[in-house]
Amino acid sequence: MGHITANTSGGPVVTADKPSGPWRDAWRAFRKNKMAMLGLSMILLFVLIALLAPVLSPYDYKAQELSNRLQPPSAAHWFGTDDLGRDILSRVLHGARISLWVGTFSVVGSIILGTLLGILAGFFGRWLDMIISRLFDILLAFPSILLAIAIVAILGPSLQNALLAIAIVNIPTYGRLVRAKVLSLKNEEYITAARAIGMKNSGILLHHIMPNSLTPIIVQGTLGIATAIIEAAALGFLGLGAQPPAPEWGKMLSDSRQFIATAPWTVMFPGLSIMFTVLAFNLMGDGLRDALDPRMKS
Amino acid sequence: MTQPILQIEDLRTHFFTDRGEIPAVDGVSLHVHAGEVLGVVGESGCGKSVTSLSVLRLIPSPPGKIVGGAIRFKERDILRLKEREMRGIRGNAISMIFQEPMTSLNPLFTVGQQIREAVSAHRGLGKKEARAHTVDMLRKVGIPRPESIIDEYPHQLSGGMRQRVMIAMAISCGPELLIADEPTTALDVTIQAQILDLIRRLNEENGTAVMMITHDLGVVAEMCDRVAVMYAGKVVEEGTVRHIFKNPLHPYTQGLIQSVPRMNEQRRRLFSIPGHVPILHTQMRGCRFADRCQHVMPACYEQLPELVELEAGHRSRCLLHEVKFKEDVV
Repeated sequence: MGHITANTSGGPVVTADKPSGPWRDAWRAFRKNKMAMLGLSMILLFVLIALLAPVLSPYDYKAQELSNRLQPPSAAHWFGTDDLGRDILSRVLHGARISLWVGTFSVVGSIILGTLLGILAGFFGRWLDMIISRLFDILLAFPSILLAIAIVAILGPSLQNALLAIAIVNIPTYGRLVRAKVLSLKNEEYITAARAIGMKNSGILLHHIMPNSLTPIIVQGTLGIATAIIEAAALGFLGLGAQPPAPEWGKMLSDSRQFIATAPWTVMFPGLSIMFTVLAFNLMGDGLRDALDPRMKS
Repeated sequence: MTQPILQIEDLRTHFFTDRGEIPAVDGVSLHVHAGEVLGVVGESGCGKSVTSLSVLRLIPSPPGKIVGGAIRFKERDILRLKEREMRGIRGNAISMIFQEPMTSLNPLFTVGQQIREAVSAHRGLGKKEARAHTVDMLRKVGIPRPESIIDEYPHQLSGGMRQRVMIAMAISCGPELLIADEPTTALDVTIQAQILDLIRRLNEENGTAVMMITHDLGVVAEMCDRVAVMYAGKVVEEGTVRHIFKNPLHPYTQGLIQSVPRMNEQRRRLFSIPGHVPILHTQMRGCRFADRCQHVMPACYEQLPELVELEAGHRSRCLLHEVKFKEDVV
């Protein structure tokens, strides 16, 4: 089933075998939103491309063919070739793997840590909230890309470290979101009711706070993948992310920027790939927000 | 009379806010006997809900804190229990129904899952037994088709049904005391009557004692055995329903009863007590009701009257009684 695959990229938890009311309603609303469905389809397409990249690629993405440098798009090389004579189509297809991987996992990392810290801060409050909130403030005081650069500079440039840096930089986004949500949930009458029937803190967190904070996290997470992909590309562009010969889209842009006038296809296709991926996640994120939020407000 | 199952003595619950310390519950003493329905009446902000939340130790802290007094439930002082022991009481021996059935159920889970939480928190029932027990409870509170309602989500149910679900949840472990915090305020009148009937029936059939928090004197007249009238964090009068309605002693209670519209009277302006509830603070002196009282005397601003027993089981907190008492003696 198509939409189940989307769950790995932070999509709606819609499972066919166990229909659950609130989620099913959200899915119904989401399905009506044409732009959101377009975003979801694009994401599914990109996921499929990423999975099948080795099969779909006409050439080996790192095979250099120096006699065929900077060739414009043709029947043999649909997207043309770069300055080392590598097939850009094959590189773009493999690049989808890197971008989706970095985007998804950095967001998953940020969400796990951010949610944990946000819940601790929001639920237990007092000095713990003080410490965690100040920590978030400190992280947010730096421009995110600068902080990411600093982290990568300390850890050494590599794709893993770029992913880690992006994840760390984005922790406060989710942390503050979850903290705010937990603070508002804490005053909900059903939380008091749960206490009144003798539930433990852990049970209340697991059964009431967590599931109800999920929707803003899902929405923010989907939008966050888009941001993370751009940040990964930016780090790649600066030479701090994926290292050659990895076909990272940002890295491809920076490698080819000197040819922008003479061989525009070398920057155009990686650039468009970034744009469409980011667009797809943003469309889907907006759609998710529309589908999930009105229900939470009522 | 037997020993009460719940005895609140000189309870003080204060809120510590930016505007200072607010004594929301300021030396309240109440008791509930086994099998009895006690009504706690008063206008908004008089401390009746805070009293009931204090009994379950559910005062949000900060800003709230129980700063003094004792709450004895079957001889045990609840305020001295460990949090773990307290959890064993909540929902098990004492449970609570809230005002807003719309918001007291988690929107993401089915009715059955939520009642099961209560059951599994206290009784180690297996999945099947818990489900059967839940269906029983739903049937008991008069929910039609409990076998299918159990799998529905709160938003699929009406307000009255949700309040029934809340009650099912509250009684699922057979509590000895049920605290109902304005259980019918958010419901329309026909549903109100049904819910009150249900609570009354649970009281009669299971002998569950009920502490009924309300501002509706009609509810009190219909439901309660005894009544405590609260004003500005203090109990001002306490007695049987008969005492309170036939022979209200405190000027505030008299005002409350006068302000109830009557069917058999000519249409006239409704009576209302002039003035507003005072803003509570810790340095208050004298009677809290003095500013609004028709019988106010200079002494009222100086001296806080004691709660005096004027006839068996009927107590009132007013200087007038002491004056009268002295006159009688002389």
